[in-house]
Amino acid sequence: MDKTYYDPKDLRKFGKITEWSEELGTKFFDYYGQVFEEGELTAREKSLIALAVSHAVHCPYCIDAYTGDALKRGITKGEMMEAVHVAGAIQAGATLVHGVQMMNKVNKLEM
Amino acid sequence: MAVNTKTSLKKRDSDLANINKQMEILNGEPFSNGELPSFAKKIKDTTDQFPLRPKKLEIIQVNVGYMCNQVCAHCHVDAGPDRKEIMTRETMDKIVEVIKTTGAHTLDLTGGAPEMNPDFRYFVEQAGAAGIKDFIVRSNLTIIRANPKYHDLPDFFKKHNVHVVSSMPHWTRGKTDKQRGDGVFDKSIKALQELNERGYGMPGSDLKLDLVYNPSGAYLPGDQASMEKEMKAALLEDFNIQFHNLFAITNLPIARFLDYLVASENYEDYMYALVDAYNPAAVENVMCTNTISISWDGWLYDCDFNQMLDLKIDNKIQHIDDYNEDLINNRKIQISQHCYGCTAGAGSSCQGVVA
Repeated sequence: MDKTYYDPKDLRKFGKITEWSEELGTKFFDYYGQVFEEGELTAREKSLIALAVSHAVHCPYCIDAYTGDALKRGITKGEMMEAVHVAGAIQAGATLVHGVQMMNKVNKLEM
Repeated sequence: MAVNTKTSLKKRDSDLANINKQMEILNGEPFSNGELPSFAKKIKDTTDQFPLRPKKLEIIQVNVGYMCNQVCAHCHVDAGPDRKEIMTRETMDKIVEVIKTTGAHTLDLTGGAPEMNPDFRYFVEQAGAAGIKDFIVRSNLTIIRANPKYHDLPDFFKKHNVHVVSSMPHWTRGKTDKQRGDGVFDKSIKALQELNERGYGMPGSDLKLDLVYNPSGAYLPGDQASMEKEMKAALLEDFNIQFHNLFAITNLPIARFLDYLVASENYEDYMYALVDAYNPAAVENVMCTNTISISWDGWLYDCDFNQMLDLKIDNKIQHIDDYNEDLINNRKIQISQHCYGCTAGAGSSCQGVVA
């Protein structure tokens, strides 16, 4: 396949979004940078959260970026996969908990 | 991605055993097409330190030979058991003479496995007696357990008050063995315990034991202080091992690491990552500004990396035979795109971060 919607090289160009809207782009990247600084959560903890969320939001750029970031921080494969399972469990739970709504509706509709 | 880690590039007759081929890659895309700036352009545009020149000489680093008991996947020396380049006693004697008058405070022996040079102990004894403040031996740890003739190395190091700097990429078995070969982790742990038993690396001890961390793949090292904290806690808890400092060293795209980057199709991304992480503040203290590197056959280089690319110092004097510290300190440092490895993030040197 010659063309795909995603090109791994586009991740390098992320910063260019600022070129078409400098004020908002700059604000975003300043905010982004600050979010990942050491705070009440460590930068390591934030990196693992980001990895899990990257999977939940199905963002291939984010998965590439935060897998690399995790390796850089010495985060183990086991820790990384556990984080992905957290995302998976929440997504599965989010689907299944709607089952209660389904049950409520069935109970309401049935005699 | 797994790559051949059993033999050196030289033994494999790989294209990249040819230094010109390595330089061709480093000068090629994404630099030749202007996608990324050359290192020279970058320091010219962002600092007032172009051309890069040495400051006061502090460290003499001597590569006593490329022979090694290990064939690490990331090795920029392309060292291994099949490498026969070994420093002679004659060259060692010339270096000892230099040490007697040098202004440098540190002598740093590296290799290969420096202990495999048959005259290694002679050199340590002579150089130690010549008077140098800090005498480093870069030991890969497994050599201590490799053969009974090396078992007494911890005592030998202690006797000569050698500062031991050793590689330990990760405190978990899998990552260490993948980078350095099967069994490396267990042998390294045993060697570290033996060094601890002699007082090396213990809190407050004068017997210095520092560890080196290199990433096991195509990514940059994380924060040195955080990794030191984590590695100290893990080695103490799991193996009752202590050490002084951790040096996080970035892998430079040279020899086997370059081969790995190219073979695994990570080269371009890695160079982008190095350039993205470029930190002008790291340029100021980059190690080539305070170090001279001497090869097994006596040639002089700005650093061990330039030695592996055969970029000899840009000076009338290029060999230990004609050594003159004042003259060689007045030179331009040879640079190429691999230098981005020493200026990424907090910077990188054989002594860890520089910024």
